[in-house]
Amino acid sequence: MKNRLPAIIAAAALALPALAADPTGSPAPAFTLGSRAGSAVSLAQYKGQVVMLNFWASWCGPCRQEMPLLESIYRKYNRMGFTLIGVNVEPDSNAANEWLKQTPVSFPILYDKDSKVSKMYDVAGMPSTVIIDRTGKVRVLHRGYKPGDENEYLDSIRTLVRE
Amino acid sequence: MRAHGERRSGRGPAGSRVRGALLAVLVLGASLGGCAPIEPWVKPYEREHLADPIMSLGRNSIAATYRDHVFETREGSHGATGAVGGGCGCN
Amino acid sequence: MQLAGRLGGRLLPPFARTLLALAVLAAPASGGVLPEDEADLMYHSYQGGDITVKGPSVLIRKKVGDSLSLTYNYYEDMISSASIDVKLSASPYHEIRKQNSFGVDYLHGKTTYSVGYIYSKEPDYIASTTYYSLSQDMFGDLTTITLGYRRGWDQVYRDLCAAPHPTDSECPDIINDPTFHERADHWGYSFGLTQILTRNLLATLNYEIDTDQGYLANPYRQIRYQSTGGAGFTLAPQIYPNTRTSNAASVLLKYYLPWRATLTGSYRFYHDTWDVTGSTVEADYTLPVWKRWIFDGSVRYYTQTHASFFSDLFPYANYSNFMARDRELAAFDSVTLGVGATYQFDIPQAPWIHKSTANIRYDRMMINYKDYRDALLAAQYGAGSEPLYKLDANVLEVFLSIWY
Repeated sequence: MKNRLPAIIAAAALALPALAADPTGSPAPAFTLGSRAGSAVSLAQYKGQVVMLNFWASWCGPCRQEMPLLESIYRKYNRMGFTLIGVNVEPDSNAANEWLKQTPVSFPILYDKDSKVSKMYDVAGMPSTVIIDRTGKVRVLHRGYKPGDENEYLDSIRTLVRE
Repeated sequence: MRAHGERRSGRGPAGSRVRGALLAVLVLGASLGGCAPIEPWVKPYEREHLADPIMSLGRNSIAATYRDHVFETREGSHGATGAVGGGCGCN
Repeated sequence: MQLAGRLGGRLLPPFARTLLALAVLAAPASGGVLPEDEADLMYHSYQGGDITVKGPSVLIRKKVGDSLSLTYNYYEDMISSASIDVKLSASPYHEIRKQNSFGVDYLHGKTTYSVGYIYSKEPDYIASTTYYSLSQDMFGDLTTITLGYRRGWDQVYRDLCAAPHPTDSECPDIINDPTFHERADHWGYSFGLTQILTRNLLATLNYEIDTDQGYLANPYRQIRYQSTGGAGFTLAPQIYPNTRTSNAASVLLKYYLPWRATLTGSYRFYHDTWDVTGSTVEADYTLPVWKRWIFDGSVRYYTQTHASFFSDLFPYANYSNFMARDRELAAFDSVTLGVGATYQFDIPQAPWIHKSTANIRYDRMMINYKDYRDALLAAQYGAGSEPLYKLDANVLEVFLSIWY
């Protein structure tokens, strides 16, 4: 399975167009990436759930600051049809894995080593958070992280989970 | 005999011209910052090396500024040594 | 003994004071990001040409809310001097200079506004400075533009020895000369641009223009002119212009090497209305080693032409309207070699400190003067034929930094 991953990723990335200039309301681009657990994970698996994508890197201070809060959001809402996916954007995952040993999280971590998915989602700041509703449409695009932003995430998640 | 008897009042000679120039740069900068037709050619997720502490311009600044001060004390030159920016550009 | 009244006083050229003040305080605040919370404790030492200046510097920086960062710095210079200038015309002395600085950084969107105040006091010099600056990120945060303005007010005094004493020992009773009280004013404007060029390369450009007005000389130093008898020269007071405008421009490139190291190259050009031209070239190499160490090495070359009214030995008294013999205004070359080490460590007893480092930095500065001579050797070589002066200095910083 592992040596077919690059082909799968390439196919998935090329199959669908990147996000439109104003992405809210448009379908979230599909992708498949390798995960920390070992197997390939695709966005399609989560159709029907509210999905929060968090683009992060171990070298990004606000990203590291945000992670424990994302973990508590994940634990709280996971049983209500919500999932959180951490998309690590580093070409070399060693630093990220080292950091995760110190600060473990239980939500899936995917590796976007060649930045294909970052480009598809037009990541314009680090960190970036995308919230996708149960029908697969992008509803929230949040750039950066400042303490207190987690409240905005919670508001959006509560609304979307009820849909 | 001493030349210090004369004392001019008001701003230094370079003052008003420089102020005008800097004000122009400020206004231009502020207005350009607002529009965003230039796409960043180094994407936010590509700034790993720039975010590395060894690439920081302000690393060990308390010592670096003291060192600059020692040079300014012993030499006739001063100025144009400060710089900020670079880094991870997060947020 | 004829100069028993004089003290060596004041190593820093007056204009360097406000710059020092700014330099120590300046927070690395950048456009859209406030500086991190930090505390530093530093011991600094300069030793060269029979002058020793050492002392502590303490810095504390703390964010208040999301948009405000406050900085405080306390800095001290303990000066012991028996320098060539002091030996020529005065007595050795000890002095303490104390400086307090306060700064505020305010972040709004992608712009940081900064304001600061610095107060420096020593027995014969009081300097106050305020500064304002604005730093803005733009073009996808690849560019940072910074504009700054500073304004300084100095009160200049002169110390005297109230009791007679031998020239080569310290004065037991120092007082301010009641007949001497001058002022100096400073204005400075600066522009800085930092540009990210590639994933591995960034560049900075800096330009600064400064104006000084008022009493800009050193009241303790003197010029000498040729005369018959004695050592072949006579000392006389310096006469400085009461105004100066200076321009400086610099460029710096910082490159990330593939094995995780950085190479930095910089060049600065300086010119002022006193005709001093200075060029500085510096290269630095930074290499992280093992897990916790970072080593730095640097080479700096500086060359300067003399001020138009500078001379080591004037041909006769009252030779020109302005006359100076300050070696900071002489023509000289200087090479400085430096090394530094940083060690990062954890403090498990204080988990609120997320990073701490112990640091040391040493620079060896070697100055060869081209038109300034060792006047103390006049009897041996003849005035104007003494060997050119050389100065070697050791500069040391040892400091602890914590980020919380």
